Amino acid sequence: MAGMTPDAGGGFGGSGQSNAAFKQQLNKIYAWYTGGFVLFVVVLAILEQMGLGRAMIGYIFLGATVLLYAGIGVMSRTNDAAEYYVAGRRVPAVYNGMATGADWMSAASFIGMAGTLYLTGYGGLAFIMGWTGGYCLVALFLAPYLRKFGQFTIPDFLGARYDGNFPRFLGIIAAILCSFVYVVAQIYGVGLITTRLAGVPFEVGIFVGLGGILVCSFLGGMKAVTWTQVAQYIILIIAYLIPVIWLSVKQTGVPIPQLIYGSQLEKVTAREAELIKDPKELEVRAIFKARADALSEKLKDVPAALAADKEAAEKKVADLKAANAPAPEIAAAEKALAAVPKDVEAAKKAWTAQRTSANNRANPLANMPRHAQQFAGDPNGDEKARTAFETSRRNFLALIFCLMVGTAALPHILMRYYTTPSVKQARESVTWSLFFIFLLYFTAPALAVLVKYEVFNVLVGTPFDKLPAWVASWNKVDPALLSVVDVNKDGIFQLAEMTIGGDIIVLATPEIGGLPYVISGMVAAGGLAAALSTADGLLLTMANALSHDLYYKMIDPNAPAARRVLISKILLLIVALLAAYVAYQVHVSKNADILFLVAAAFSFAAASFFPALVLGIFWKRATAAGACAGMIAGLGISFYYMSITHPLFRGWFDVTSPIELWWGILPISAGLFGVPVGFAVIILVSLVTPAPKKEIQELVDHVRYPTLRGDTVNTIAT
Amino acid sequence: MQLTESHKQYWSKNLRITAILLFIWFVVTFVVGFYARDLAFNFFGWPFSFWMGAQGSLVIYVLIIAYYAHYMNKLDQEYDCAEVEED
Repeated sequence: MAGMTPDAGGGFGGSGQSNAAFKQQLNKIYAWYTGGFVLFVVVLAILEQMGLGRAMIGYIFLGATVLLYAGIGVMSRTNDAAEYYVAGRRVPAVYNGMATGADWMSAASFIGMAGTLYLTGYGGLAFIMGWTGGYCLVALFLAPYLRKFGQFTIPDFLGARYDGNFPRFLGIIAAILCSFVYVVAQIYGVGLITTRLAGVPFEVGIFVGLGGILVCSFLGGMKAVTWTQVAQYIILIIAYLIPVIWLSVKQTGVPIPQLIYGSQLEKVTAREAELIKDPKELEVRAIFKARADALSEKLKDVPAALAADKEAAEKKVADLKAANAPAPEIAAAEKALAAVPKDVEAAKKAWTAQRTSANNRANPLANMPRHAQQFAGDPNGDEKARTAFETSRRNFLALIFCLMVGTAALPHILMRYYTTPSVKQARESVTWSLFFIFLLYFTAPALAVLVKYEVFNVLVGTPFDKLPAWVASWNKVDPALLSVVDVNKDGIFQLAEMTIGGDIIVLATPEIGGLPYVISGMVAAGGLAAALSTADGLLLTMANALSHDLYYKMIDPNAPAARRVLISKILLLIVALLAAYVAYQVHVSKNADILFLVAAAFSFAAASFFPALVLGIFWKRATAAGACAGMIAGLGISFYYMSITHPLFRGWFDVTSPIELWWGILPISAGLFGVPVGFAVIILVSLVTPAPKKEIQELVDHVRYPTLRGDTVNTIAT
Repeated sequence: MQLTESHKQYWSKNLRITAILLFIWFVVTFVVGFYARDLAFNFFGWPFSFWMGAQGSLVIYVLIIAYYAHYMNKLDQEYDCAEVEED
């Protein structure tokens, strides 16, 4: 088949070549590519020294990388089904590992994770462990068997193993539910980064990014996506490591931050103890406490307080006007008057939010837990401290569980293991995947500690007029990301006087380390690569579920391959535009729950796919009825738990009863209930329904053995 | 088709190694996580459980997967279950 397709792709075709020769050719291409990228950055750095402006550097990075990805897409265009859906099944283990790494690491991993670690310390390690340990489950339970099965999608496996269109249909629904939520977050990330990188408006940024995604996956499907993802991995890992290494050299003189940051963590811990007792910090925190108390007082009688506020603001404007005060003063007073809440309802909402914020800022260490402290509370303390400790620990472990099982159930990741040449290489490819992911994930905690050291030791105690330039420049970009105000008017910066958003940590690291702007541009390009590569994989998953599983397998089984691929391409376009539209709505409505939705996708994937897939391979007795009931029950219970406990879902379904958590588990870990329920229901229902027929049992044997002598089953799809 | 004795043995060996590696995975993740507060002794500057969460467990995960791939690829050869791979 492969030989029949027009192969314009000089390097990425691989048709007619042996696997070894193909791999050698890939090594050569990507070695040149990496060298070219480094050279590109060096040339830009030289141009920057010669006076190239920042905006121009941003445009060049944005344009060059998006064009590059589109170019790989054009070179890998194909209409052949096996090439389009599974890259011709000839992606060598190492390259599939890199592609999976890029597929896996999203904007959240690249930009958000170090920030989460900075803000939450040990608690944030749940993401590090959860998003890597899940690959053990992929390797032990799924990847090799799915590769032997050898079709195109995850619903394919459910449809074949559970012999019917209903299990396949449930698979399609679950795949689209998880992937759509996830892709909206990626496109949102693309919009944010392009806004920062090139200063273009959000919606333009989305469409530039979308163009890069579409040219690539539209023309070449999995084949193009694979080779683009490898290219994107190389950019994102270089962009992530260089600033951290630089910061490490600057602070410790050692260029391996991962080895050395233990000593920095000790210093941070010692400094935390000082800062908690520091009189200046206490002074600032007392001011916030007083503000919170004042707001509490106002909240006791909202209508009266609102009337008083309004009167005071009006009086000030009138007084200033009467006294012929300077225009800026009058403007400021008018602005203050306009900011007074419109009615009682709005006042209540605004003041409650302000009180929460003030109370948080009255806490030690700007409301961050001590970095190295495991869990909140105290196991040896009083009743309250013990409960806090138990709940915090239980939620930490529950989140790890959900993230791990969810990782092993996300269709866009599992799909990648269909693309290797053999079962053997599928196994090796999981090792490479986790290795490439590991490179970034074991760097993120180091970055968080190094930045914290910088803030605690360099910033705190500095006079406001001597703060480094990056503080002012980020303060200007978006006060929600970084804001510093001299609250106690002593002219010296205290930790409690800063609010910092997690998303800034990675993006600002080059400036914190004092690197030229070209490195900042490179980091933003790395974040863009992370978001685009994940979006690529997700869009393809959804388009394939609809075109291959719904249309071809369920509606028109006689459709020729070319039409299936064409339909997949059209669907890809529709889904991408829909996702962009939703991402834009999220941006407009400033709905901060996008991160929660991403985590929810993990719980949904874990509860719906994992039990049915694993039991399908490891338990021949699992029946179609059992699998369907289990998927519905698992997904249902997770969905139900979120809808009664999370404000966003409660809003959608109009739930007003008081929030009752089960064993104190937060809604983000709803999969903790969904996964065991899914397993239990599949097992119970399977035991009371007749065993699967002989052909299905033979199919299970077929996937269990890389080669089974005497086996007559053949599942490879073309 | 009927599975031979050798096939059954291959599968039970696979299940055994899967169970052993899963057990290690569980201990590294959940047992160490559960006792994190007690395992906070100094380990090259890090509290031990912090280091495990940030690096140690990750290294062990990679090793688990690498060992499984190595073990199974060898088992395939031994039990004549390996694929004929063009290379």
